[in-house]
Amino acid sequence: MALDVRETGRAAGTPPARPRREITTAFVVSRIAVLAVTAAILLYAVPPLVATGSWVALGVLCAAAAGIAFLYLTRRFVPAKYLVPGTVFLVAFQVFPVVYTATTAFTNFGDGHRGSKAEAVTAIETGSVRQAPGSPEYALTPALRGEELVFLLVDPKTKQVSLGTPDGLTPLTGAELGITGKVVAAPGLTVLKAPEAAARAAEVSALAVPTSGGLIKANGLSRAVEGRAALAYDAACDCVRGEGGPWTADEEQGYFVNAKGDHLAQGWQVNVGFANFARALTDPTISGYFLGVLGWNLVFALVSALGTFGIGMAVALALHHPRMRGTRFYRIALILPYAMPAFAMLLVWRDMFNRDFGLVNQLLGVHVDWLGEPGTARLAVILVNLWLGFPYMFLVTTGALQAIPRELTEAAAIDGATPWRAFRRVTLPLLLVALTPLLISSFAFNFNNFNAIALTTEGGPFPAASPQVGATDLLITYTFRLAFGAGGAQFGFAAAISVFIFAIVALVSAVAFRRTRKQEEVYA
Amino acid sequence: MRKRALGVAALATLALAATGCGGAEPATPTASSGASAPATAAASGGTLVIWADPSRVQPLQPFAEAFGKENGVTVEVKEISKDNQMTFLTASQQGSGPDIMIGAHDWIGNLVQNGAIDPVTLTEEQKAAFSAKALQAVTFNGQVYGAPYAVENIALIRNTKLAPDAPASIEDLIAKGKKLKADGKVKEVLCLPVGQKGDAFHVYPIFASAGGALFGATSSGDPDPKTVLLGADDSVKAFEKLKDLGEKGDGALRTSITNENYIVNFAAGKCAYLVSGPWAIADVKKAGVAYDISPVPAFEGGKPATPFVGVQTFFVASKGKSKALAQEFVANYVTNVDVAMALYKADPRPPALSAALQQVQAEDPDAVKFMDAGKDGMPMPAIPEMAAIWEPFGIAENAAVKGGDAAAAAAAAQKAVDGALKNN
Repeated sequence: MALDVRETGRAAGTPPARPRREITTAFVVSRIAVLAVTAAILLYAVPPLVATGSWVALGVLCAAAAGIAFLYLTRRFVPAKYLVPGTVFLVAFQVFPVVYTATTAFTNFGDGHRGSKAEAVTAIETGSVRQAPGSPEYALTPALRGEELVFLLVDPKTKQVSLGTPDGLTPLTGAELGITGKVVAAPGLTVLKAPEAAARAAEVSALAVPTSGGLIKANGLSRAVEGRAALAYDAACDCVRGEGGPWTADEEQGYFVNAKGDHLAQGWQVNVGFANFARALTDPTISGYFLGVLGWNLVFALVSALGTFGIGMAVALALHHPRMRGTRFYRIALILPYAMPAFAMLLVWRDMFNRDFGLVNQLLGVHVDWLGEPGTARLAVILVNLWLGFPYMFLVTTGALQAIPRELTEAAAIDGATPWRAFRRVTLPLLLVALTPLLISSFAFNFNNFNAIALTTEGGPFPAASPQVGATDLLITYTFRLAFGAGGAQFGFAAAISVFIFAIVALVSAVAFRRTRKQEEVYA
Repeated sequence: MRKRALGVAALATLALAATGCGGAEPATPTASSGASAPATAAASGGTLVIWADPSRVQPLQPFAEAFGKENGVTVEVKEISKDNQMTFLTASQQGSGPDIMIGAHDWIGNLVQNGAIDPVTLTEEQKAAFSAKALQAVTFNGQVYGAPYAVENIALIRNTKLAPDAPASIEDLIAKGKKLKADGKVKEVLCLPVGQKGDAFHVYPIFASAGGALFGATSSGDPDPKTVLLGADDSVKAFEKLKDLGEKGDGALRTSITNENYIVNFAAGKCAYLVSGPWAIADVKKAGVAYDISPVPAFEGGKPATPFVGVQTFFVASKGKSKALAQEFVANYVTNVDVAMALYKADPRPPALSAALQQVQAEDPDAVKFMDAGKDGMPMPAIPEMAAIWEPFGIAENAAVKGGDAAAAAAAAQKAVDGALKNN
């Protein structure tokens, strides 16, 4: 290893002077790039932040931009210059999603509980407005009285014209009706044409003309109806009064509930503490099947990781042999499954395993319901996954093999080792040093290999006696169904389950990495 | 020194992360700024944003433009092609959603509980212009939640070369199908998708004819999620009938016939009967198969074979920015026969407007035949609880078709649905 400049200086006995760094083109380019990206993000984010009035976020944004500009324009803080980009990506793509998932796990965020309480109240009130029975469908013409927006309303049956203002409805005389039955002119008022009314659409929606039984509101720009809200929120009792009610706000569930225990459809997002975690641990449809699913999940991930490695390595070794001819052709052929989109291939394989119309049964001349029986379905998904995964292992093993000097195996042969012994004692250990981390990541990937299951068996076949869990369900497909199937989308619950799965994968990986480190100590 | 540098780094990254999420929220102003340029030039009337699936963007465009010109606003029709309901809900929540959404009526329950759509007030005259079934479908909790424009349901499509006459009953259909199979003219008795997870949508007419039911009814006649009937005696009998039609019985229902291959098989002449909807017709025509459409037959002496009816609907988004315009468009513009005809031409599904259907009748008898097949149909339940039915029902159906214990499968499905809906 080359000596550090500073160390050389010290060794020579001169005082440790900070060497002036040469300004290379790469340095200038990278500095410009970082600053340009920062400026671009700032420029992109400012208008929407100003539009929504998020001043705090804007302040933080400016501070960050200034900080980054300062960091890359000064000659100091050299380590930070290298750390910042990586840290930014780490925070944006790793830390933030993890933190967001973990915080979501403590809420009931999901269908029926997406928004705030205020939004729920608005939705409840608007949704309960019904047209007053027997009230006319007014033909509406928005007009201006001075600067104030008013409604000119025509009852289509009586042709009676009324003026609607926030104060109420008053009969109007002297208005001129057009052939469509709408007011075209009225004394003292400026009648708005369609485009002018459309320009004031927000005001038109907002204007409510009170009547004895309800409110007249615009329905679009050319009609207005008298509606009555069946439900209204009362802040005094924190409840919704009206039909079926009173509906009292229940902050634990995020619903308005009545005495009978029913709730209004529209709820809001609340903090539910550990309820999602508790549900994952205590719900009998989860805990009852958890061990079985976990067991199969481990088998699937292990067989996938080791199987693809075994096949990939065997092929790589065969092609690595010095007397092998036409290796380029074989390599191209072997990479093909990897080059094709896995998404489409999984669907093709699913159809090939069809009992009556599938290619597999036709070629083998058998009549097996591959994806219909637990054993064969498991075999089928593993076969498909091996087929999809081995080219990758073949590639990386080929690369790792190039790095092992041939002299080592030759020396082993001279010492009298059989080829198998040479492989077992020399090649494989050296390969594993390089490839074990990849095997671990392959395991972690296959542990959560949602596509391999969802696109082939969808978790099935399902035993008729317990339709919740299928024979090939992985934890991820199983919990996806729990969180997004029967009860609509339940993001909070899904997040809690993700935290559990994260814990399992992290544990397995940590143990595996520990063992690898020991192994490296032995062989290094 | 180093510590301070690290502190600066941490602060900077935190800041970036914060702005990263802050920036995503109000994406609309930036996203629409390019498109709204002509709007500001036209008038200060603003923009009306419509989200539609790819096949409907083109036909809507001219009407959107005409509406825009009339009202001095810019109308944007945007294409949404994946997870439409979920995308709409998420975008609405963030404030970057559309003013008008096009979707299936059975979304209504979920959209309402998420406060994403507003009721639409139609005049009595407008209501009368729609087919009764379509209007019933978009009515939820006594409120009309959108303007329907197309109605679709499944029917029995038969290869008239192999089966010239419409079968009078399911028994008749099975007998004819079996005879064709015995004669080697077809490979399958009936092309009805079952698959490894069942298919409640396609099997429902047969299930209903055998007496099966999903939910009880509330006093207002809506499906009642508190009474699940999958495990009731009548439904168990219906599952038994599916078992009789299944692999260990008549062999008409098979798990190897899936949603991917059922239309292909029919088009290739592998079966004489197909249970499917208007979306199958394009493939069937392309294959040059002579076909006719009739209602899915009922069992002899059984109840009517009622298919699910789905209604494509224009919804007014609660969190839209131009609500008055959206209401104007949905209530007074979409209810127009020309719009219905244009949408029909782009994607031939029977229009919900009776007048448009009459126009279509002359040039496309298929539309009317489909409509006929669905006239006793059941609007797909729009309650959010319907989501709990599909999978347990499908798995019970699959078990029955494979020749398993129908009663046990029905009971397990009932238990699973009750568990999901917390009915116990």
